[in-house]
Formats: sequence, structure tokens, C-alpha cells
Amino acid sequence: MPDKKVIGLHELYEKDPIEADKLLWGRTSDPVTRRGFLQKGALTALSLALGSNMVFANNFPAGMIPAGLAHSNLPFNLPGKRAGLVVLNDKPINAETPPHLLDDALTPNDLFFVRNNGIPPASIDVSSWTLTIEGESANQKKTYTLAELKSKFENVTYQLTLECGGNGRKEFNPPAKGNQWSTGAVGCASWTGVRLKDVLKDVGVKSNAVYVAYYGKDTHLSGDPNKVVISRGVPIKKAMEDESLIAWAMNGKDIPVLNGYPLRLVFGGFPASCSGKWLSQIVIRDQVHDGPKMTGQSYRVPCKPVAPGTKVPDDEMCIIEEMPVKSLITFPKTGATIKRTTSLPIRGKAWTSAANIKTVEWSIDFGSSWNPCAVPVSENRYSWQAFSANVSFPETGYFEVWVRATDSDGATQPMLLPGWNPRGYLNNACHRIAVKVS
Amino acid sequence: MSKRPDVLPPMLALLNLAMIIFALILLFLLFGESVMKSYQNRPVPMDMNAYRPGGGTGGEVDQDQIKDGIHVATGLIYAEGFDIVRGTCTACHSAKLVTQNRATREGWTEMIRWMQAKQGLWDLGANEPIILKYLATNYAPKDIGRRANIDVEAIEWYVLDLEKEQ
Repeated sequence: MPDKKVIGLHELYEKDPIEADKLLWGRTSDPVTRRGFLQKGALTALSLALGSNMVFANNFPAGMIPAGLAHSNLPFNLPGKRAGLVVLNDKPINAETPPHLLDDALTPNDLFFVRNNGIPPASIDVSSWTLTIEGESANQKKTYTLAELKSKFENVTYQLTLECGGNGRKEFNPPAKGNQWSTGAVGCASWTGVRLKDVLKDVGVKSNAVYVAYYGKDTHLSGDPNKVVISRGVPIKKAMEDESLIAWAMNGKDIPVLNGYPLRLVFGGFPASCSGKWLSQIVIRDQVHDGPKMTGQSYRVPCKPVAPGTKVPDDEMCIIEEMPVKSLITFPKTGATIKRTTSLPIRGKAWTSAANIKTVEWSIDFGSSWNPCAVPVSENRYSWQAFSANVSFPETGYFEVWVRATDSDGATQPMLLPGWNPRGYLNNACHRIAVKVS
Repeated sequence: MSKRPDVLPPMLALLNLAMIIFALILLFLLFGESVMKSYQNRPVPMDMNAYRPGGGTGGEVDQDQIKDGIHVATGLIYAEGFDIVRGTCTACHSAKLVTQNRATREGWTEMIRWMQAKQGLWDLGANEPIILKYLATNYAPKDIGRRANIDVEAIEWYVLDLEKEQ
């Protein structure tokens, strides 16, 4: 067969998961239940490939790569992403950026973290992509093409930091379920688009508007086309800020597919889950939005502080809005061994939802003494700010360099974990690296 | 004695023929599709060994290799219930989603109920207690206090030549 083309498993599933199932495993699925059922021999093939019997294979949802095969890291490259990202989960794709790869002034597109809740749209036709604005508090229902958005409204560019609300979840004790983000669910890019408020005003916003929420074109993991993956939003006041964008470009290039190509919202200073990807619809609500992952325990913390491990009922959980002040050491990478004769230059990034970062300090004695870093101002609010310092060590041995940022509201970072919460959000404890001086 | 025409051999022959045809039809029904398929152009999946879970090591990994009590290919702790956990959990998601989490039996039960409510996980039947025991035993919460130490064991030490760096 001369036409045989070797293509990867993931590529195959990317194109058409249902067809991939059929080709690889002879598995077809029931169009109603979306459960895959296996043709004769296919189960054996699947089990052989997995190296063990697949329990309840008949219930295995259609179009999914068995993760026993899928989470191999060898041939698996996230589309549009550089090697070096740490993949926490590949169905849905979740990958974080190690701190030393966040050293660029702005995070390159191929290093920007990925937090997907569903499957990105399989085929994207930019020429026919539209954005529809409607809702109880919209004066009318109005649809724009991408070209109309670009030509009708002022094009603006802002440097905006996006951080997942669950960044740092890994450190909570008792542990919280979910992707165990370490420090890397954060990045700052230069985003180009139009102001959300300009578009909302063009549609007309009623005085009773409370919330602005999004719907995107990603699809649910279950394969159910009618199931909304995630639909979150922000209070109307946040939506009306100058820096709240409907963006189509990231660092002057197309937004990577995994980060929302061709259109997304960008709200600096709020959990990144507010910044809807593959944006197709915006609703202006007369109440707090109630889409999937707005309610229950998702992206919420206890309204009042609780002891670690406390069970908190849904009605005592409050929506996370502003993200706390935080910083990361991006140079050197943890584990550096240096000679005592040289001072160690350190660099990093600090960010906040307040006006700006006031100070960043470093300590090599676990907080007994703090020394200032240089923190030049950034281009705009919600951009991270680079900091730098030279650290000298008094003797040889094992040291940890800790940094602590303080913002213009006077809020600073704790050295221990901040308030425990059931889902493990908002960990802004100081970052630290290990250094050996010889 | 008038000799009756011997109908038995032709009848037997006919019966045999019918049996053969029947068997062929049966064979076709059973295997026909897969045989036909091999004559169609279709993508050839890359060597399946390449897709074995790398467990962070990359490259080909022996599917049965156990090292220091860890099943190398998945990263799961090799203990009682391993096969069922592997077969069930990694059917839908990465083993990393198991190994990166820690919880009590109650906590793991909640996660299973959540997957059943929201993610289409099926009723685990008699496997559930086996899975729960495995998870609660091998992936129990560690008491790390208000903040864990830097994981010094995991650090890859390197020489930073600052003169070169400048």
C-alpha cells in the first residue's frame, strides 16, 4: 500500500476522534449514548496495547485516547507549544511553565501555560467566526464578524498577566483535588484586540446589568455537543475597565489554538478562567452569571476563613474576583551551584490586581532579613513587573533565596500557605529557590 | 432386489457444500471486516511501544517493569489493586491525575462520585472497594504542615558559571 502515511496517534485523534477510534481499535460508538463499543478483536488489541485488560471497555467514552497510551511524553508535543512545559493532564490539556522558562519580559506564545476544561474546537474558520452579544441586560442582540470587530472599534494593545485561580494548589494541606499546579499557571503577554466596553456600549447596556459572561466553542470531554464546558464571567464594573479586552492577537501573532484562537477575552487581575477562549458569545446578565464552573465550589473560596480541612457548604462559598499579589524567581533555575567569590544575580516577575507592585525583597535567611530588589514600573496596570537584585552569600553551604512582593495596596506575600480553602485556590506564598555556594 | 438409486453420496456432498458455504459465511461475518479493512488505505499508527506511558523517562518503557515499588510505565505504586486501578482510571485520564493527588478514602470516594456525576464515569461495581483501598492506602494525604520543605531530593543540581553568564 504505497499511500500509507504514518501519522501519530494524537494527530489522528485531533482530526477526528470517533474515526480514530474506528481506525485504531475497530471501535465504533453509539451516536446516542456516545459510548464506544468494540468490534470483535478490538478489545484484545486495545488490551494488548495497554498491557492490561481494559475494565468496562464498553463504557469507555468514544473518541478518547486511553490515557494509558496517551500520557506518554515521547511523541506527545502539545500543538503550538515548546517542549519544557510540564503536562499535568492531557485530556483535557493542562500544562504549566516552569519558573525558569518565565524569564522573558513577555511570555512567548509557545511557552504560555494551558488550562483547558474541554476540547478546543476541531476546525476553526476565521472568515466565518462571529461573536454574538445578547442577554437580559443587552438592548439588542448583535452579531459581529472578526473583520467587523477589527474595523469598527479602536484597536488597543495591553500587557496583561493571566494566572489560573488554582495556581499553587499543589502546596495545600489537606490537599485539594484537581490539577496539582505548582507555580507555572501564569504568564504575561501583549494582547491586541478591542475594548470589551466599546463593544458592549455599541450593543447597549441596560442600567440593571450585573455580570458579563462568555460562551466558547470548545466541546465537552464527554463528547456531548449540547454540554457547555465552562461559562464564566466578571462583574459589569470589571467588564467596563479600559484593560478588559476582546483579543485576537498575542505578542503580535495569532493566539495559539490551545489558548483560545481566534478570539478570547482577557481580564488581567482576575482568575484566568474568566477570560473565555474560542469566544463566540457574550451575555450581559441582570444577575450574577450561573454558567458551568460559576456555581458550587468552582473558583470559589469560603466567604469567611475556615480551619484546614473544613467542609464548606456551597452557599458559604464566594466567587473569587481579584487575584492576590505574587512573584516568581525566574533566574537562576533552582539548584544552582556557584562559587562564593561571585555575587548571584537574580531576576523575576511580580504581579498584582492592585495598581502596581511597590517593592520586591529577597531573603537568604528565611525572612530574618529582607533586602530590596529593583522593580521598574511596567507599561500598564495588570502587567507583571520584572525585578532584579544581586545576592551575596556570607559563607559556603546550602541556601534558599526567597522573594516577597508588596503591592500598592500594601498587600504582601505570606511565607507560609495563605488561607486554606477546599479547592486549593489563591496560593500566593513566597517563591524560593535552592542555591549551593562552594 | 431392485437397486434403489443411491442418493446418499450426492446428498452428503450437497450437505458438505452447504456446510462449507455456511462456514465461509460465518468466517466472513466474523473476520470479514477486519480482512477487508487491511486492504483499505488507512493511517498506520506509530509503533505502539512509542506510546507507552513514559513516566517522565521518555523512550520505550517495559510495560511490566517495576522499580522501587513503582510501575515505571504509569508511575503508579505497584501494590494490591494496581491492575484494576490502572485498567479503570487510565481508561479515561492520565495516571498523573492519580499520582499527583492525595486524599483519604472519603476524599477519593468524593472524587469518584464527582466523576460519576459530571464526567460520565460508570458504576464501578465490585471494583470500587478495591480501587478505594488502593488509593486510600497508597495515595493518602501526607502531613506536610503549613508548608513543605523544598523537595531537595528532586533538585537537579547544576554548576552556574556566572562569569560566562554575564
